[in-house]
Amino acid sequence: MTQYRVLPGPEHFLPPAAASMGIRLPNPGEAHINGVIVPEEQAYEEAARQFLMAKVPTIFPGPLVLWAWNEKAAKKATAIRHLYETIKECVTPQQQAMLIPMPDYRPKYPKINPEVEINPNHPNLTIWHNKIDACMFVGVHCHQANLSLKIIRGGTSCYTIAMCAQAGHEDAMMSFRDATAEKIMKLADTIKRLKGSVKFDPKKR
Amino acid sequence: MAENKSVIGTKNKKGQTYTDTWQLMNEAPRTPSFYTGSEVIKEALRRASCDVMIAYPITPQSEAAALIGELFAEGYIGDYFRGESEFAVMSQCAGAAFGGARVFTTTAGPGTMRAMENFPMWAGARLPIQMIVTCRGINSPLSIQPDTLEIAYLLNTGMLVWHAETAQDFFDWILKGYMVSEEPDVHLPLALCCDGFFVTHTKDVVNLTPADMCLPPYDPYRSPVPCMDMECPPVRMMRDPFIMKSNYISYATHASWQQEVWAAVERSRKHTIKWLNGLIETENADADVLIVASGTAVSQGREAIRLLEDEGMRVGLVKVKALRPWPGEEIREATKNAKHIFVPEFNVTGWLAKEIKASIPNSERVHAGPRVCGGMTMPPEIIVQEIKTALGMKSMSLAGRGS
Repeated sequence: MTQYRVLPGPEHFLPPAAASMGIRLPNPGEAHINGVIVPEEQAYEEAARQFLMAKVPTIFPGPLVLWAWNEKAAKKATAIRHLYETIKECVTPQQQAMLIPMPDYRPKYPKINPEVEINPNHPNLTIWHNKIDACMFVGVHCHQANLSLKIIRGGTSCYTIAMCAQAGHEDAMMSFRDATAEKIMKLADTIKRLKGSVKFDPKKR
Repeated sequence: MAENKSVIGTKNKKGQTYTDTWQLMNEAPRTPSFYTGSEVIKEALRRASCDVMIAYPITPQSEAAALIGELFAEGYIGDYFRGESEFAVMSQCAGAAFGGARVFTTTAGPGTMRAMENFPMWAGARLPIQMIVTCRGINSPLSIQPDTLEIAYLLNTGMLVWHAETAQDFFDWILKGYMVSEEPDVHLPLALCCDGFFVTHTKDVVNLTPADMCLPPYDPYRSPVPCMDMECPPVRMMRDPFIMKSNYISYATHASWQQEVWAAVERSRKHTIKWLNGLIETENADADVLIVASGTAVSQGREAIRLLEDEGMRVGLVKVKALRPWPGEEIREATKNAKHIFVPEFNVTGWLAKEIKASIPNSERVHAGPRVCGGMTMPPEIIVQEIKTALGMKSMSLAGRGS
């Protein structure tokens, strides 16, 4: 059993892949928080709390949900929009919810415009520029999501959540697996339910 | 979007039924059949729902490659052709896999070495290609005989590497291999190795699954990278910004990319344990003396253990099935009580003994041998002699035998 925990950074000049430190992915019906396997129900609560506590709670939708390439993707995109609107409604005026797409994975030089997009080759630029302190990846291909999550953990203090349609991500501080539109809606419902019970403290951010 | 669940129970164009792989491998009836290892590769491929096989002749895999050509003629493989060289074959395999196909190829010895540049590329591009490596000598002067040195070169490519002992392993692992390497959290190529000739050109009884049942097809939509996107890495390998820039961002991305490939190797551990029933197998692991081996060296070890048993000496066995992911914890546990660990190998450098030494405490317990190479056989008597000599026991002189 590994003692390693996947925590907000900045962790290291080159942080290790969490898998190489012994962190294992959850099985169906489970999630992980900081690398510890938990029932999925627990993860909804924690994800909702992280969004409600954050100064700039942000969703990063990727190519798999940005284009309506099948019915499921379109449904998921609608759910993500709903989640974003829910976060906006539930946070205080001092907090700023954001929805910033990762439209593709092309390296862009000299650099991307961090106000309008995030890129897996230098995701830290968008995090730093917008002072994002909690984010969720959804609809990003797994390999690219892991690259981003590792770089974010290495160089920023942002809390990362992965809403993964496949097996999940150890490099996020929290990961769901087998994501569906229904799971995203359930997260929105949880945020609504916890509204008011989680205090935003700007001094802690 | 293809969904495998929907095809289970339906038939392909050859009338084979797409079958849940766990059911196919563990519950379907088996028929004992007397085949060479090459014929077994063909029979596994018949059931593998393979889209593309690309071939190039090099001993000792040529026969398997040719037999798979027959499968293509019979309509079991989507496409089949001969590449211009081993390097070309592996590049063409990449192209087919980028396009979303389930891909298979076979290679050996110098062919493996010639194509080597492609293997870290496959892994970096997260292509779940399966490659059979029928190991043979790679050095000058030319040898076509069994020698496992080429496996040492594959261990650091980022590919999954398994080492089959028998034709039965081969049959089962070809089919199970796709299940591990196509998992979205793994999605890596698999080098399924065996000792050439010993496995490929000898006949053995192999229990085959029904020929009218086959694997569900590969679902490329579960890939962790986009299929064939010419604008993005990994397909866009060489356009200047990503690869040529000398700056921190470029380095950090490359570093993170490499870590992700090896993270995927780690993730394969869970799936490999499930499908291979563990990364290692043990017999009498509580014995003071253990033989730890992979490939056909395991079979020779078994025979040596039998000879020693006849003399009243108890020796245990650890069969290493997967080399990547490396079963370090399993080997540490299996060898924790052993006073002497012998590692017989069919190569000159002793790569397996080195890996084991790096994984266990008190590595002076490891006797890196006996080793043969260049196509020599490994009579069980030389394993017996190695053990007895190390333990200070009297043994007959094999070198003087017959004089």
